[in-house]
Formats: sequence, structure tokens, C-alpha cells
Amino acid sequence: MKDLHTITTTVNGKTYTREVESRMLLSDFIRHELGLTGTHVGCEYGVCGACTILYDGYPTRSCLTLAVQANNHTIETVEGLTTDPNKLHPLQQSFQDAHGLQCGYCTPGILMTMKAFLAENPNPSETEVREALSGNLCRCTGYQHIVDAILRMKDEG
Amino acid sequence: MKPAAFKYIAAQSLEHALTLKAEYGDEAKFLAGGQSLVPAMNLRVAQPGVLVDLNPITGLGFVESRINEGLGIGDWGLTTIPNPQSLIPHPASRILQLGAMTRYRTLERSAEIATRCPLLHETMPHVAHPQIRNRGTLGGNLAHADPASELPAVMLVLNAQLKAQSVRGERWIAARDFFTTIFTTVLAADEMLTEIAIPLPTDSDVGRTRTCFMEIARRRGDYAMMGVAASITLNAAGVCTDAKLGYLNAGDTPILATQAAQALIGQTISDAHIQAAAAIAHDEIQPPGNIHASVAFQRHLASVLTRRAIKEILDFRF
Repeated sequence: MKDLHTITTTVNGKTYTREVESRMLLSDFIRHELGLTGTHVGCEYGVCGACTILYDGYPTRSCLTLAVQANNHTIETVEGLTTDPNKLHPLQQSFQDAHGLQCGYCTPGILMTMKAFLAENPNPSETEVREALSGNLCRCTGYQHIVDAILRMKDEG
Repeated sequence: MKPAAFKYIAAQSLEHALTLKAEYGDEAKFLAGGQSLVPAMNLRVAQPGVLVDLNPITGLGFVESRINEGLGIGDWGLTTIPNPQSLIPHPASRILQLGAMTRYRTLERSAEIATRCPLLHETMPHVAHPQIRNRGTLGGNLAHADPASELPAVMLVLNAQLKAQSVRGERWIAARDFFTTIFTTVLAADEMLTEIAIPLPTDSDVGRTRTCFMEIARRRGDYAMMGVAASITLNAAGVCTDAKLGYLNAGDTPILATQAAQALIGQTISDAHIQAAAAIAHDEIQPPGNIHASVAFQRHLASVLTRRAIKEILDFRF
């Protein structure tokens, strides 16, 4: 018998009420129940960082969070960065300008990690950026341009 | 890569959580930060029948750590002690009290911990990745009892005392008695680790105890191949009156190398004493070895880290 729970959660400013099974991961809830497939799933055990979302504002592995744990909490995914499909968030724009992505699979997780990081530390050193990036794997190994993209945010204030 | 089915219960209070654990026993697991348990469930290494979520409970994590001044710490050598606040008061004593649900992020950023407990402060950036530190908790880490984790070894060196609560009551357990083997503690099936108390140097000792944490990992945030937490106390004459050397990934539990520390205690520490301590630590630990680091290499790393950490303390931290 399925262990079902009714949850109410706010994702990218919109409130959803859904019935979920307790074993459903938040990453699967976001992708399959809400159709927000910008959040990617890589390793599903917390190592790769592709599924990073903001949970009450803090970068969090959605694959290590249960959907039921989103009840009465606020989630932000990469789709929440901008509401205008023709205008990128400044961080996204910076990634485009600096060629900060190749295949793009890791990018949503990195954007969500860096949004919170830059809010807390708007003028990071390169070392701090690399440390902040340590929880996100890019298997294209395009780290240099990712770091460049983040440091450009600092230059642009 | 998805958890097996389980019954989820959001605990509404500590009493509720303890009642549930008393009812379900080993069938139930507490969900704290979930940064070790959920991956284990995703990999189906862990398949608890019941998950009792502690996150809805307020007050279990003192989100800011507390310093209790004028609190007696008494004889911390006892295996099991009553509430430390009931022990003989010593006006100069301080205890750092941390709620089990305190997140790594909070520990990492606490100014109180940076000032009062620099070893813990220095260790936190080594614990996993920033996203993991946003969720992971001190109590969850210690109850998980991974010998390759940083915090269990640090708790040994800090002589931490751990409070276990159940519907039957509460007890305090010394960190060095808490870890029994890999992923195993002395906690009974109905008990929860609720608080961690760390005795801090007395005022007269301030400036006399210095610490250092070092580890070697293949990549930032990975499990370390070897790590050491060191604490050295010198008296006014520069003689070492206490030394503690704790190692991670060095056995079935975090390892306190007491014989290696004995090479330092009572000495005005010279390079020869440091070499001796490193050589003893090399043999005293019981590293498991793995695909990334053989037992011999782990021992070598322990020896190197021991030397580096003691020299760092003596040369730069006093």
C-alpha cells in the first residue's frame, strides 16, 4: 500500500498542492509532477550537484530531499531565474557571454548554487568561487569558463 | 536509484519523535539532514520501514550555539555522566552546547564557534560540499558514525559529551565511548542523540590550548584518504601538559592515538618528539585501505599529517 501524503509547496512563486508518495524524491517531484525539467538529475546520491535547487533560499540537493519535505517550504528552480523567456537572468547572461557551458547538463545546478553564493558574497575571489563550485561536477570539465562567468558578475557589480 | 517504500512520519515534537522510536525501534530511522541516509536509501543500502522526520521540530537545533558560563564540567573522564549542569560548578568553566539538529552551515558560520572552538570551525569547510553543509546536521553525522567522516574524530579530540534521550530518560555518553564500530554507536533502538556538549578551555587556559585540522582528499569535498585533528596544551613554561591526536578513515571508529600523544605529554616538544609521535601514530591507527589508498599509504599519510599538524600548532598557533 502506498504511503501517500498531501503537500503544499511554493515553487518559483507558484503554490502547488499535490498528493505524493513518501518515497518520491524532490528532484522527481519537480521534474515529473510539476514538469519543470530544467532541474537535472545526475548521480542521485548527492555527489554531482546537477539537481541543486534552492530550498528556502539555500542551495540543496533535490535528490537527497524527499518531496514530502517540501511541504510548507519554498523551492526555487532554474526556471525561476527569469520570467521573461526573451531575457536571461544576469547570471545566465554571464554564462552565455563567457561560454560558461558546453553540454549544459550541469548548468542549472551551478546557476542555483551561484545565485545564492553571489547573494551572500557579491565580491568573491577566484579561490572562493572555485570553493563554492566544488559541489558541482562538470564532466565537460569546462570549469575555467564557468569560473570566468561567475567572476564577470563581480566585475559588473 | 530510488528509495524502497517506507512510512513517513513528520515528528511534531521531541516527545512525539521519541514515542515513535520507542514504538518502531530498529525498524524506524530518524531523518535529520538526510545527506547520508537518503543516498543510502537511494542506493537501497538502507531500507528503513519507517522514517521519522525531525526537521519539523523546532528547538532541536539550537540554530545559534550557546555558551554557558560558570557551568561545571566536573570529571569528564566518566563514561556516563548525569546532566553536566548538575556537576560541581567551576566558575571558570565553559561548555559549548550544540543541538543535534544544528546544521553544518550554522557551525561553519558561527562567530561563537570560530572564537571559542577553532578546531570545529577549521574542520567545517572540509565536510562535504556547500550544498550538503546547508542540510547536514551535527547530530545526524555523529549518529551515522562513519569512521571516514571528519566530525567524529574532532569530537574525540574535543572530549565531547553526547546526550541521548528516549522515553525512558536521558544519559550522557563520552564521545570516545559512543562509536562502537563502522556505522554503529551505543545508542539503543529507542534513543535519539539530542545534544553535544564540548568542554572549552578554562579562562586560565585561554591561549594555552591550540588545535589544528588537516586532511588529504583526492578532490575537495571527497572523503579524505586520511585526516588528523590535533590539540596541544602548553603550560606557562612551554611544557606540553596535554595532547590529543584524532584520526579519520583510520579504523572501524574514529581513532584517538593515545600512545602517540604520550610521546608529547610532559615534554618541551622538539622535532625528535614530533617524529616519535608520528612514528607511533603510523603504527597505532588501523586504517582499512581501499581502492584509492593502500593501508601502507594511509599510514604514511597519517605520519606526514601528524608531523605537519603538530608543527603548525607549535610554530604558528601559539
